[in-house]
Amino acid sequence: MNDPINVLTLFLFNIVLVNIPLLYGTVGEIVVEKAGSLDLGVEGTMAVGAIFGYLAGCMTNSLAVGLLVSFLGAGLCGLIFSVLTVSLQANQNVTGLTITTFGLGLYFFVGKGMGERWPAMTGASALVDGFAALEFPLLSKIPILGKVVFSQNVLVYLGIAIAVLVWWYLNFTKTGLRLRAVGENPGAADSVGVNILLYKYVHIIAGSGIMGLGGFYMALNMSGSFEGSNCWINGYGWIAIALVIFANWNPVLAVLGTLVFGFFNTLQIYSGALAGAFPGALGWLNAIPAQLYKALPFLITAIVLIASSVRKREGSGQPAALGLNYFREER
Amino acid sequence: MKKFLALALAAAMSLSLAACGNNSGSTSPDNPPASNPGSASSAGSDASTPVENNGSDFKVGAVYITSQNDVAGYTFQHHSGITTAMKALGLDPADLIVVDNVPDNDDTAVANAIDTVVNQGADIVFGISFGYINAMNDKSEDYPDVIFSHGTGYMANDTNFNNYFGRIYQARYLAGIAAGMKSLELGNNNIGYVAAYNREYAETCSGINAFALGAQSANPDALVYVNKINAWGDEAKERQAAQALIDTYSCGVISQHCDSAQPQLVAQENGAFGCGYNSDMTEQAPNAHLTSAIWHWNVYYQTAIQAAMDCNGDASKFVENMGGNAYYAGLKEGFVDASPLNEAIAAPNTQAVMTAVRDLMISGEWDVFSGVRLSYNIGEDGSVEIVKTDAPLRCDGVELKDGSLVDRDFEIVPAGGPSVDDGVIKGSMNYNVAGVVEG
Repeated sequence: MNDPINVLTLFLFNIVLVNIPLLYGTVGEIVVEKAGSLDLGVEGTMAVGAIFGYLAGCMTNSLAVGLLVSFLGAGLCGLIFSVLTVSLQANQNVTGLTITTFGLGLYFFVGKGMGERWPAMTGASALVDGFAALEFPLLSKIPILGKVVFSQNVLVYLGIAIAVLVWWYLNFTKTGLRLRAVGENPGAADSVGVNILLYKYVHIIAGSGIMGLGGFYMALNMSGSFEGSNCWINGYGWIAIALVIFANWNPVLAVLGTLVFGFFNTLQIYSGALAGAFPGALGWLNAIPAQLYKALPFLITAIVLIASSVRKREGSGQPAALGLNYFREER
Repeated sequence: MKKFLALALAAAMSLSLAACGNNSGSTSPDNPPASNPGSASSAGSDASTPVENNGSDFKVGAVYITSQNDVAGYTFQHHSGITTAMKALGLDPADLIVVDNVPDNDDTAVANAIDTVVNQGADIVFGISFGYINAMNDKSEDYPDVIFSHGTGYMANDTNFNNYFGRIYQARYLAGIAAGMKSLELGNNNIGYVAAYNREYAETCSGINAFALGAQSANPDALVYVNKINAWGDEAKERQAAQALIDTYSCGVISQHCDSAQPQLVAQENGAFGCGYNSDMTEQAPNAHLTSAIWHWNVYYQTAIQAAMDCNGDASKFVENMGGNAYYAGLKEGFVDASPLNEAIAAPNTQAVMTAVRDLMISGEWDVFSGVRLSYNIGEDGSVEIVKTDAPLRCDGVELKDGSLVDRDFEIVPAGGPSVDDGVIKGSMNYNVAGVVEG
């Protein structure tokens, strides 16, 4: 009854399903950081995108509107960040933390304010259908792989597409290369006529928008149920910031980072089932103390961060001017 | 341009200076404020009024793990329990002094919170989270004139410090009956249980066991698969765990010991059924939720506040007034119960069986963890006969420790034996009964 292959398939399937929002957050943050800005407000930005995207999607019964509004809502957080750090030269770290506090506050304010009027996702068939698994003909019939790779929902594929697209944009387009110049040495970029202000504004807003899509994903994955004790984002925004370093500012590597973190994150839920399905090979999973399971994803992230800072500089993707405000008159 | 900027800056500076001046003017201490914060009351009453506990100015203090403004969850349940009790005793809920969001892993923060409520004149201080235990214990010695009451803990003294908890396992047994009868009707013996923890805490462990025994009383073949999330509340994890139980074990009923209604919502989304915890979750999941194990915290708070008021200012009499320093009440006192059954979806006759077993537990003739197993004969007319069978209560299964197998197959209570000691249920139960599977 408890078919081992089935348990394994479900485990792998959930690694992807549950953790893809991290990819959105990470790719969004990469775009922002490539413009030389360190935005610690990912958690709040995702929360804002999540709640407004969900509410708009429900009210219009449209996945597209939900996506658009989550992008715009989170983009608004990016705009606030840009105005404060790019135009007004405020400290980026402090501003980012402010965005987190602001975003989470807005999330709970709006959510609790809705009260009884909170829309159930079941009332928005377009969202339910839009988030349902998309089964590729034939391919989805392959054992294990078919379910894990070819039967995910459309937002999973969208996330991966965005990651690849951003990678291509950063490496193979003129504007993408200029953007990287802005992040590496804004003074030099400025001297050859790149509009620093415009590049920073556009990419911080766009990056924040991508984070917001991840928030929207999390809202749908929670079936839009708002209880007000935890935020939907649940700390994923912070993990995304760490995954940027893990991925070495490479959006395609971010997919790998997401899956590695996701593996340990989902292992906690599936450890018992896996131990039961493979009593010989994986029986020891039951002997791992509960607290370790909880800490594991974060421990792994910390270890990877240490490892990647050791290898530092040599081929590091970290923009040289990351976190430094560009003040033209000091050039 | 530069001139304008300079002008603007100068203007801003002079304005801020003016503001400073105003401030210092208003707070200039002509006469120093009453320098006795210890006796200051929250209402800011005259220092000349003597502080007496004649009931009308009795103040209640509380230290909460989250916010009094929550709309659901653990703190919400306690807060509404305290305010309900105060109203019933004719106290004004405005005389409740609260410190919100006190982390339970930080003794200093808890001690500061206690100082705050005591300095505002609280006569009794409730601490609702287990981790407050050390700070509550210390402060009960620092403030012998104040009463301390700690929820879910085990420390106490003989004068002004007690602890309180309830036999929630009795309510879980009743919920287990509803789940077991539903599983029988569904023809699916697999029942899921989303747990905060399992054998790490006697509270969670005894709850799981009681639920499983209740389910087995209705369906002897019922298996309870436990998926623990290692947190008392985490909506995302609760959801994932419930979904995993349904996906991997095809569970038809999902029970829970965690804060949110997510497991019930997941059950509903999957066409399954469920038993909630803490509050009646039928509102959230009307097509899935059968019944919840719930607390009536106001029952304790009313008893405790009444006992505290009866002390008439002598805090050391509190434990004596309470009849002991560990309050442990159950169905009989109305402290715990099963929420109203969702009859539209429950299996036939569930209500009748639950009522009969509830009456049996209230009578004190029988309790959950004993060597007497219950089963039910249901007549054509819906009448219920409880059949008691002497059978040993067994723990089963093996546990893996350091890669080696530990046989945990032993008898907890012999056939016909008395119920497990309260101390074990409250404090040291760390095994699962037969039929519980860690999934």
